[in-house]
Amino acid sequence: MSAETTAATTAQWSRPPLIKSTLLRHTITVLGLLYLVWSIGSLEVNWERVLDGLPRASNIFTRMFPPDFSRWALLTRGIIESLEMAFAATIVGMVLAIPLGLCAAGNLVPKPVYLVARSIIVLLRTFHEVIVAIMFVKIFGFGPLAGVLTLIVASVSFISKLIAEDIENMSSGQVEAIKATGASFPKMLLYGVAPQILPRYLGVSIYRLDANIRHSTVVGIVGAGGIGATLSATFSRYDYDFSLAILLAIIALVFIGEFFSTWAREKLR
Amino acid sequence: MSARGTVQTRYPEVWKKYTPGQSAVRALWYIGIMFVAVWSVRHLDIPWFYFLDAHVQIMDLGTRMFPPLWSFIEVALPPLMETIHIATLGTIVTFFIAFPTAFLAARNTTPNTTAWLIGKFILVSTRSINTVVWALLFVAIFGPGPVAGIWAIAFRSIGFVGKLIAEAIEEIDEGPVEAIEATGASRLQVLLMGVLPQVLPVVYGTMVYRWDINIRESTVLGFVGAGGIGIQLYSSINQFAWSQVSLMLSLILVVVIISEFVSAAVRGKIT
Amino acid sequence: MLAVRELTKTYDTGTAALRNVSISIDEPQVVAIIGPSGAGKSTLIRCINRLVEPTSGSVELNGENLTALSSRELRKARRHIGMIFQEYNLVERLTVMENVLSGRLGYVSFWRAFRRNYPPADVAAAFRLLERVGLEGRENTRADSLSGGQRQRVGIARALIQSPELLLVDEPTASLDPKTGRQVMRILVELAKENKTPTLVNIHDVQLAKSFSNRVIGMRDGEIVFDGKPKQLTEKVLTDIYGEEDWSTEAAGGDDDDAPAAKASK
Repeated sequence: MSAETTAATTAQWSRPPLIKSTLLRHTITVLGLLYLVWSIGSLEVNWERVLDGLPRASNIFTRMFPPDFSRWALLTRGIIESLEMAFAATIVGMVLAIPLGLCAAGNLVPKPVYLVARSIIVLLRTFHEVIVAIMFVKIFGFGPLAGVLTLIVASVSFISKLIAEDIENMSSGQVEAIKATGASFPKMLLYGVAPQILPRYLGVSIYRLDANIRHSTVVGIVGAGGIGATLSATFSRYDYDFSLAILLAIIALVFIGEFFSTWAREKLR
Repeated sequence: MSARGTVQTRYPEVWKKYTPGQSAVRALWYIGIMFVAVWSVRHLDIPWFYFLDAHVQIMDLGTRMFPPLWSFIEVALPPLMETIHIATLGTIVTFFIAFPTAFLAARNTTPNTTAWLIGKFILVSTRSINTVVWALLFVAIFGPGPVAGIWAIAFRSIGFVGKLIAEAIEEIDEGPVEAIEATGASRLQVLLMGVLPQVLPVVYGTMVYRWDINIRESTVLGFVGAGGIGIQLYSSINQFAWSQVSLMLSLILVVVIISEFVSAAVRGKIT
Repeated sequence: MLAVRELTKTYDTGTAALRNVSISIDEPQVVAIIGPSGAGKSTLIRCINRLVEPTSGSVELNGENLTALSSRELRKARRHIGMIFQEYNLVERLTVMENVLSGRLGYVSFWRAFRRNYPPADVAAAFRLLERVGLEGRENTRADSLSGGQRQRVGIARALIQSPELLLVDEPTASLDPKTGRQVMRILVELAKENKTPTLVNIHDVQLAKSFSNRVIGMRDGEIVFDGKPKQLTEKVLTDIYGEEDWSTEAAGGDDDDAPAAKASK
């Protein structure tokens, strides 16, 4: 076999690389290195302060332990508020996502409706929830209202996008059969579309509830309610042991949320 | 359930999809969820009267935001670039931590149970804490500035990237791995030649995916002082300089769309 | 009963799927439509209830011009046309009963449909039909746990609960094994005859077409090239429809199954 002779003469072999063209690979490597140099150079860094960082870090960590749960009432109130925000926002989001998702399905609605709906979804998704939260805080003032609205926006954009994708992927035969019986559009949605997308819709919504719980802990940092505000205050006041307590509570909350989410989605199969 | 006569068969005229028991359970679920939703909303003490003039407020905001203040680009562009750098550098840093951690957290490559638990713990805890919260911590450590932002991005991404890579490692085909083990190769060589080639596409794909998400995340780090356009954005919002705000939001929109496009293109080429 | 006149369908790509097709069914009969793939059989069936819009021509069912109807009126007209599909097209996640009752969707209000609260006459008809197609007791089974033949029978029940004036059937047996296919055709034809419903069946199996129909229409390239009784389907006619072929019912040659390279053992 020719491979054997080749191997005998060139006793070396190297794995074919992921990117085939050698020129392309080298160009990318060079560009990558150039970028690293440029980006790091362009950062305005106060190196003194940064180098101070490691001793500061160890200082902070020692002050974090043991976590201080003495103000557990405040902690619990914040956590409950975050949970309520997440829950209310998910329910409202689930409801509002249905019409938007339907309108964003290319195989269900006329093109202009589709384009408008898809653009709305893109717009809603682009901006980080903290930005949305700040805007709502400016409009509606501090407090959980801004937070709930932020989470509603996040939920609607997420769920409706997945509904639209699901509808575009569904079996058209079932819809055709329902149309052939003379059913109107709403009835066709009810029997032809809904049964196909229902499992994924519920699964996605539960996932979103879990995500909302995580995000609800953050929007408070800009004043939109929830435990985030409490957490932010502890850092400003150097109450690091309370910070750790709150962080542990958040981790526990997220963990339970994920657990519940996976369980619920399994049950829906 | 059909009543069968002897000559004239009479067919049932009623059919229910759920037994009374099942219907009751379903009703309880609906009521329960509604109850929690309503209770949550009431407990949140939302000032409903705000909604009465919401449309006026929004119209007002809209007119103030448009047109965006184009000249503000000069001011906004440098911090925007810094945002992109924070996201990119942060994602690169993540790789060096998440990659080995993923091997610890994958059941088929971890040396022992303790290592596995440590790996899992690192991944779960870094994932549970939001980027902005990490930023709070790192600003306390490193002071305000992009360094805090880079570490915040890096730490949050460890959990995300590490989890996906660990899952990919657990799903590999063990055949090639066994074959290499059978040649007497060392543990490291087995990982390198047997496991790595199989997960490499997933690794690249996940990194690019996370980079795209990190671009979005980096835009807000400035709110807590961790660098990027967030600082300027926060300041403009607080000053009610809405046309500056809309300019920055438009820039962010463009950057996010481009990064999503790049991410999708690269991931398409890889798989 | 059914009058198709000069029906034409040309797609935007320029493909002419139907060219001036005219069929007239004046009495309750089972009409089989045969022909090669691409002959336009499926398009024809779908143009009749306008799931595909014809480019020109008209379709008249019991005096009503289907091609001229507005979408509302079309929906009302579709209530009287039952359709059975090659891929069954049942709503997989719903039960057999819901699938059969969905045939009545054109007749009930949205809320009745939502609450699955159909009129007693409909429910009784559903049970009767399920028994008639041999699926009694299965009304609460989910559609996706049925076999192909069972699903098609649910499809038949769904079409018939509409008390249709016309049955359109698109390759009912293509996804079924030969025995189940014959069972399904038998039930279909029996029920069509009982209810005196004119039936148009697309079928690719010429033998089944001959066994179960009163009349055969052969199509090729969007046109009708044969319209007559099953026994008139001579070899020459089949060649007109399908092209050159050995129509004898014996297999050709002998042992071509032994692949020459099959010397090496697996």
